[in-house]
Amino acid sequence: MTVLDTKDESLPRAEHPAAEAWRVFRSRPAALFGLLLLSIIVIVSLFGPVLYAVDPFEIVWAPLTPPFETETAILGTDNLGRDMLAGLIVGGRATLLVGVTAALITIIIGILVGALAGYYLGWVDDVLMRITEFFQVLPPLLFAMVLVTLFSPSLPVVAMSIGIVSWPATARLARAEFMRIRGLEYVSAGRSIGARDGRLIWRVILPNALAPLIVSATLTIGVAILFEAGLSFLGLSDPNTMSWGLMIGSGRQYVLDAWWVVTLPGAMIFLTVLGVSLIGDGLNDAFNPKLRER
Amino acid sequence: MLLWTVIRRLIYSVILVVAVLVLNFLLIHLAPGDPADVIAGEMGGATEEVLASIRKAYGLDQPLYVQLWVYLKAAAGGDLGQSFFYNAPVIDLILDRVGATLLLVFTALGFAIVVGTTLGVIASRKPTGIVSNLVTVISVIGYSAPIFWTGIMLIIVFASLIPLFPISNMYDVTKSVGPFGYALDVAHHLVLPAFTLGIVYLAQYSRLTRASMLEVLGSDYIRTARAKGVSERKVYGRHALRNAVLPIITIAGLQFGGIVSGAVLVETVFNWPGLGTLAFDSILARDYPTILGILFFSAVIVIVANLITDLLYRVADPRIRMAK
Amino acid sequence: MTVLKVDNIVVDFATRRGNARVLDHVNLEVNEGEILGIVGESGCGKSMTALSIMGLVPSPPGNLTSGSIYLEGRDLVGLSKDEMREIRGNEIGMIFQEPMSSLNPVFTVGEQIAESVRLHENASQRAAWERAVEMLRAVGIPEAEVRAKSYPHQLSGGMRQRVMIAIALACNPRVLIADEPTTALDTTVQAQIFDLLEELQKSRGTAIVLITHDMGAVAQLADRVAVMYAGRIVETGTVEQVLTMPRHPYTEGLIACVPHLQPDPPEKREPLLEIPGVVPSLTELGDGCAFAPRCNRALATCTGRQPVLKTEGNGHATACWAVEAELENV
Ligand SMILES: Nc1ncnc2c1ncn2[C@@H]1O[C@H](COP(=O)(O)OP(=O)(O)OP(=O)(O)O)[C@@H](O)[C@H]1O
Ligand SMILES: [Mg+2]
Repeated sequence: MTVLDTKDESLPRAEHPAAEAWRVFRSRPAALFGLLLLSIIVIVSLFGPVLYAVDPFEIVWAPLTPPFETETAILGTDNLGRDMLAGLIVGGRATLLVGVTAALITIIIGILVGALAGYYLGWVDDVLMRITEFFQVLPPLLFAMVLVTLFSPSLPVVAMSIGIVSWPATARLARAEFMRIRGLEYVSAGRSIGARDGRLIWRVILPNALAPLIVSATLTIGVAILFEAGLSFLGLSDPNTMSWGLMIGSGRQYVLDAWWVVTLPGAMIFLTVLGVSLIGDGLNDAFNPKLRER
Repeated sequence: MLLWTVIRRLIYSVILVVAVLVLNFLLIHLAPGDPADVIAGEMGGATEEVLASIRKAYGLDQPLYVQLWVYLKAAAGGDLGQSFFYNAPVIDLILDRVGATLLLVFTALGFAIVVGTTLGVIASRKPTGIVSNLVTVISVIGYSAPIFWTGIMLIIVFASLIPLFPISNMYDVTKSVGPFGYALDVAHHLVLPAFTLGIVYLAQYSRLTRASMLEVLGSDYIRTARAKGVSERKVYGRHALRNAVLPIITIAGLQFGGIVSGAVLVETVFNWPGLGTLAFDSILARDYPTILGILFFSAVIVIVANLITDLLYRVADPRIRMAK
Repeated sequence: MTVLKVDNIVVDFATRRGNARVLDHVNLEVNEGEILGIVGESGCGKSMTALSIMGLVPSPPGNLTSGSIYLEGRDLVGLSKDEMREIRGNEIGMIFQEPMSSLNPVFTVGEQIAESVRLHENASQRAAWERAVEMLRAVGIPEAEVRAKSYPHQLSGGMRQRVMIAIALACNPRVLIADEPTTALDTTVQAQIFDLLEELQKSRGTAIVLITHDMGAVAQLADRVAVMYAGRIVETGTVEQVLTMPRHPYTEGLIACVPHLQPDPPEKREPLLEIPGVVPSLTELGDGCAFAPRCNRALATCTGRQPVLKTEGNGHATACWAVEAELENV
């Protein structure tokens, strides 16, 4: 066999998998851009309100003042005369918080269901997969709308609802990974020396299934943020917490008179999700050995 | 064989439909407050009289399983309850609106599939070319932009800058003259909403098509086709595409619920008189029977769509068609 | 008469480590109605030779840098895409190593054979289908009418390879290239496919280029044989010459690897041999003979200069300094 053969690329190379993944990730300009974008947004959301201490609910100027007309509200005001800039800076907190919480709920339910189905197979798999299919039949946003309407639009309810409607995709992915890995030798070996199921599932298989699950978790954050935005747009967000979604929801009737009221918070959501998905794509390349050398 | 699979899938679909009904029933009872209040809705003008009539109609004074039975029996007869906000049977409200939603969804889907696969195929011819990069960029943007935001951006552009397409409603009474004029007017109104909804899926399908085309083009049977003297155009159009669209059928079926969800937002943005605007209005009015009716009905749409894609897949892929 | 003549072709691949010369001045001749065997280790360029003849070298990264390929005197290199397409499947047919994946899963086998006919002949759909059934019968598939309507996944590996042969021969090509047609099949099926090829070659007079690892098959089927190493032909001659009087140390090694081809009686036979070392990287080939690092007869000259094919009077040709020196001394 000649060295030209691509199979030889996988010859043992003394590099930690994480280090190698980072090396690939680093070589993707898009992924680095996403990381930069998201870092800026997170930092501004965390520390911005300290530096720009304007109450986003306070009325500071005439309603619907366009950007760059007054120094009091440099990015203009909304329909009530509240400072857009203050809202944009603070609003990321709630949006990111809901996004990450919802993603966590999604991942936890998804991995739990997928792991049990993919590990035990048989009737456990049958039952869990039928339930998963059932949840996939319900249009996710409509279902979340119903849940939030029935149980009040508070941040925890919104996050929970998003989690409840979006776990099936993660469950399917986790199940496929668990089914693949449980057949591998080291799992059979573990079973033959009498390792308990719990140990095999969480200590042996899960760590090996982590790469695709991390990628999916990252992308799930983006999806959850989009869900939160969609619900807010329909008026289903916590009215007492300033968020980008709330700004969009209350501004939607005024788009034709004041382009900025929805455009600006929408752009923030777009940039956030863009950052998250670019990172997700980068991680996907970094973890996927098949794509690595392209 | 095929008939048997169809029957099995049909039975399974019916079970799913019943399961959605049970979920709806549970939601009414799990929601905080008196179920009769929930059914009447906050703005339903819920006098004691009305509440009493609801309790009677739904059998709310009886054990839960009896109530469930009453609910299911009514649903089987097409009765999804009464909207106290619109003062009309929920099923009538839904049937009134569902056509508009289906028109929007299928136009968007058709647009996404046709343009998306075409772009994907062109991109697969040159994996590092301009179209390929364009596909990557479109797909990342299409994935990241909130769909209602895209719609609003289009409204802002088309409202004043380029007033080419109407930005609201489904038709304009002054312009819809005669059946042909009506169809034309609806099509004109459809452009922006369908584009907004379609672009998200166009982005995904073009990327998916490119990936699966590249995989198929590297396969042995494509080499065989070339060795037979098949022209490049036919290699792409006949031998590769047929295999490469298989995953797209699967994905489109799986995503149907997501597309319906997207339609809710798009309809609200463009005032498209479908199920989405109905859902939005009934949420504002806390009209629970209507909201739950829409959830149920759209789940049925998804179930039917899944059934169709499943059968379509069987027709398109002989390996599955023959199995079982 | 020579049907196919491969004249000094060079194929280069642009790789991340620089240029790889995958074929280095390869010469071959195939006469009418003859079977030419090509043997050599994995990666020596057998398939690439076949693809070059078909005009199917993947490009980029590959490129046919120089040389000519003559089919009945007509140079195929430099033909337009359409002209080349006319030749593929019509005048040169090819079958591949992987019957399991070489047929399109979404078309019936009958359709796939008929397509070939319709591409090259002015046949009606019906006539093409009839030809497809007839071809299936010719390659020994029972119930050909029924089988024609089958999809590839419904057939066994041996059946699929028969279908591949039917596709390749549907338009009565002058030359059939069979690239390791049996590697993926069971031993008994292998023998059947070889018998089929031999029979078809006799009945139709198609010249065959048989690429294989199987020296036994070469001994049984081929008239002449070419031995390749690292993109070059190192020895060529009639089967008799090459298998019973191998000149090149590499050929000797190859033959020694196959027990029943050894001339010695069993008791004197050494344990099954393997040629030590590995094929060198094609990007790192130096000036000398590519086999020199693995050769037990290497001389000083071998690492300095490339040997060229030297033909003896009887047509037996070898590219080896040691052999050349030996022959001169005799
Ligand atoms: N896309 C490519 N890029 C670079 N080198 C390549 C490429 N494809 C093939 N090669 C090289 O070309 C050489 C010849 O390959 P070829 O497939 O002709 O070998 P072969 O003799 O048919 O081997 P086998 O017996 O395994 O089929 C190999 O060394 C291979 O590494
Ligand atoms: Mg080969």
